[in-house]
Amino acid sequence: MRQEQFEQAYRPLWDKLGALLDEMELSRRKRNLDKARAAALPTLYRQVCSHYALARSRRFSPALLEQLHHLVLRGHRHLYRQRGAWLWRTLDFIGGGFPRALRRHRGYFLLALTSFLLPALLLGLACYVDPDMIYSLMDEQQVAEMESMYDPSGSHPGRSEARSSETDFMMFGFYIFNNIGIGFRTFAGGMLLGVGSLFMLLFNGLVLGGVAGHLTRLGYHDTFWSFVSGHGAFELTAIVICGAAGLMLGHALLAPGQRRRIPALKAAAAEALKLVLGAALMLLAAAFVEAFWSSSTLDAAIKYGVAVLLWALVVFYLVFAGRSRHGSL
Amino acid sequence: MVTTEEVDTTRQYEIPEGVLLEFRLAGPLVRAGAWAIDAAIRAVLYIAIGLSFSYFGGVGVAIILIALFLIEWFYPVLFEVKSGATPGKKAMGIWVIHDNGTPVTLSASVIRNLLRAVDFMPVMYGFGLLSMLFNREFKRLGDLAAGTLVVYRDSYEKRPELPSSTAVRPGVELTESEQQAVLAFAERAPALSSERRVELAEILSEISGRKGERAVDGIYGYANWLMKGR
Repeated sequence: MRQEQFEQAYRPLWDKLGALLDEMELSRRKRNLDKARAAALPTLYRQVCSHYALARSRRFSPALLEQLHHLVLRGHRHLYRQRGAWLWRTLDFIGGGFPRALRRHRGYFLLALTSFLLPALLLGLACYVDPDMIYSLMDEQQVAEMESMYDPSGSHPGRSEARSSETDFMMFGFYIFNNIGIGFRTFAGGMLLGVGSLFMLLFNGLVLGGVAGHLTRLGYHDTFWSFVSGHGAFELTAIVICGAAGLMLGHALLAPGQRRRIPALKAAAAEALKLVLGAALMLLAAAFVEAFWSSSTLDAAIKYGVAVLLWALVVFYLVFAGRSRHGSL
Repeated sequence: MVTTEEVDTTRQYEIPEGVLLEFRLAGPLVRAGAWAIDAAIRAVLYIAIGLSFSYFGGVGVAIILIALFLIEWFYPVLFEVKSGATPGKKAMGIWVIHDNGTPVTLSASVIRNLLRAVDFMPVMYGFGLLSMLFNREFKRLGDLAAGTLVVYRDSYEKRPELPSSTAVRPGVELTESEQQAVLAFAERAPALSSERRVELAEILSEISGRKGERAVDGIYGYANWLMKGR
């Protein structure tokens, strides 16, 4: 068959697919597509695919090949695109998808937790015993600032200045900007063979442990611990989870196992993303608690009580949410 | 001989229907251009939001900070999921797709944009550029992990018409690639300058025995014969 006959025979079909794709490329509101027409896409598309293959093997003219290639390309985009009921998927994710993903990868979580907790405990202990230890981590000015922030004789412990609801809001914005950003960076650092995530975990562990040990030694425990214990349930756990997600990337790059490195990385990233997004939601909750609750001047006992509840909630959620009745993960 | 597949920055993907799709990959320079446009747009957004909410006290500052956070991390995600390209990429005629040619999904877009943080290190996309130069598909680290490609948005203009001429059977048997070359010439020739057209057509003077514009017309004749067979 000559090219001209070929074109004459099939052009109506190509035009039909082209018109259908034109319609599908419109935004949902402008579209005027009934089910029957939309259902014709797979058949039409596959016919044009075979026309394209024929035209290529028969060495028809480049312009015709390009025309058909373009049609196939557009059809492929529409037939194989992934659409999602994103609202439903988000709810399902919070209700169980996230904790399930975390439990699937609990090895990474435990490794990240150790990398965070061990330096925190060691340096915390050292700072508790040795008053000069904190200076190995911070300079004098930073230490003085940190001490004055949690000084029980200050007017509003927990922050350097008196706080109004205005500042609460401001700090809420700041915690979102800063803390979720840190979480994302902790994850992204995993691309550097896991070293970036590990560094962030160690560093944050050292700072937090050091500060906690030092302030406790000074006798500021009620101002410090009552401030951090509440939102810490969300914040610290979430940072460790982000670190775990980063370690997954690093592991895939260093030891891809049976796969090649890039496919291993892709698979790990898709799983790690679940952890990161879950952690981001936890950091959002942490920002809320930290801005509007942690800074309140209620009795320390009440704040400790709430902190215990929040920790129990986080642990319970991560350990039990989304389990099926048959005792799977 | 070096084939075009080896020289061109294209990537082929075989779809389930068994035919090859071809994508033209976007290199570092065009992507840097797109980034610069986006950076300018983001700067304008930052200034506009910063100015308009700075009069609202603590709540205003909160809104500014949250907006900064969202723009820093999710500005590209929003546009990539909506239309495959940020305004900068759109202006440069490129967009983001999955390795298999389908439109980028939310999760892939989030992965590639969160990992932007390492691509940006140590300064100005140092790691990203290194990564792009070390793989065949110009992928930065985020693209590697997300399984995405940045390719030219193939704009299809109207198909060029074959200049009509009386069909002439070539004096020699043409191989398949020669037939393709004749057809390609005939379809592209109207877009060339007449000097270039003649110069190219006269390569076949030995076969056609023609010179000048008549040589061009001779090849149009071959092309018409190949296509229509009359």
